[in-house]
Amino acid sequence: MYAQMIKSTGQNVKSPEEMDPQERAFQERVDAGEKIEPKDWMPEGYRRTLIRQIGQHAHSEIVGQLPEGNWITRAPTLERKAILLAKVQDEAGHGLYLYCAAETLGVSRDHLTRDLLSGKMKYSSIFNYPTLTWADMGAVGWLVDGAAIMNQVPLQRTSYGPYARAMVRICKEESFHQRQGFDIMMKMANGTEAQRKMAQDALNRFWYPSLMMFGPSDENSVHSAQNMAWKIKMNTNDELRQKFVDQTAPQAAFLGLTIPDEHLKWNEARGHYDFSEPDWDEFFDVLKGNGPCSADRMEARNRAWDEGAWVREGLLAHAEKKKARKVAAE
Amino acid sequence: MQNEWPLWEVFIRGQHGLSHRHVGSLHAADAEAAIRNARDVYTRRNEGVSIWVVEASAIAASSPDEKGPLYEPSNDKVYRHPTFYDIPDDAGAM
Ligand SMILES: [Fe+2]
Ligand SMILES: [Fe+2]
Repeated sequence: MYAQMIKSTGQNVKSPEEMDPQERAFQERVDAGEKIEPKDWMPEGYRRTLIRQIGQHAHSEIVGQLPEGNWITRAPTLERKAILLAKVQDEAGHGLYLYCAAETLGVSRDHLTRDLLSGKMKYSSIFNYPTLTWADMGAVGWLVDGAAIMNQVPLQRTSYGPYARAMVRICKEESFHQRQGFDIMMKMANGTEAQRKMAQDALNRFWYPSLMMFGPSDENSVHSAQNMAWKIKMNTNDELRQKFVDQTAPQAAFLGLTIPDEHLKWNEARGHYDFSEPDWDEFFDVLKGNGPCSADRMEARNRAWDEGAWVREGLLAHAEKKKARKVAAE
Repeated sequence: MQNEWPLWEVFIRGQHGLSHRHVGSLHAADAEAAIRNARDVYTRRNEGVSIWVVEASAIAASSPDEKGPLYEPSNDKVYRHPTFYDIPDDAGAM
């Protein structure tokens, strides 16, 4: 997802007997659906895992602006341009809500940024794919934001208060993102033959990378089991992926587009669509930094940080000068 | 990197005559910039009519460990609630 492959303690979930009293009391609060707040006691593993997860989620929102930012100046109409601009601005906001949730756990935003820029922290694999045509703006909103929503809606119930509240805000804004994407797809799919082909091509390229967003199957992962016990992960990757396919397949049919999977078929007995797995070797390779746009994305983030240094420093110097003047006048 | 902008907590009054409510935090060099940033980050959809910002370091907070001593004294004062009093229906609306 926007946070993929989040490692936790690496150990099996402890039974209540194995926990010390503080830990047990904490787990009981989580089990009872109580929210954990920043100053409450929490296991060190919970805090560290959350920083990793929220940080990665925040980085994904920020880096996720790049593939769409790519088309702002070339949007086909002024209205589309304004919409895309608003959407990309929302993603910046999502990044900020999440950094601020992470900061309540005792890590600074600059520290997280430094770890992103050095490659130590990751962001979602999906943003390492290029956006080649205008139809990609449709596919990204429809599929990528659609997949993100699948994951973010249950996270509104996550155990950590600041994270849950950030998710509530984000989810409120996301539905516009998906709808504007689908709206672009409708226009393209019902347009000229060339536009329809462009829409199909966008779906072809974004389908499997969207399925990868949920991460590989984690039914047997100790990390996943611990994160679910802590309620910082609410569903298995396979559950969410299935839900996404079930929701998206009829939408593709509505558009008159074909999902690039010959095995995609409604399974009456299961009550779900059967579908093909994405290429997980490709996923791991992209995660390692070998995606088609990985180098570009990191270069763009590093450049933005370096070229913004004089603004950050200048505004701080100005603020300090103003403060000093005010003190002197008093 | 060492010179991080300070952290500000943001409080927003919604449209309907409510009190300011905490919505989150952000970084800014000074209060003026913090309000401008808060406008962009927290009110992109008309969520508010008034913004307060306060430097996070200026906030004093109760600690969760004191939860007992702080709040328990009011637990045994049930007479502070209207339901403590048994007024017969015959007395009329009250
Ligand atoms: Fe987002
Ligand atoms: Fe979005």
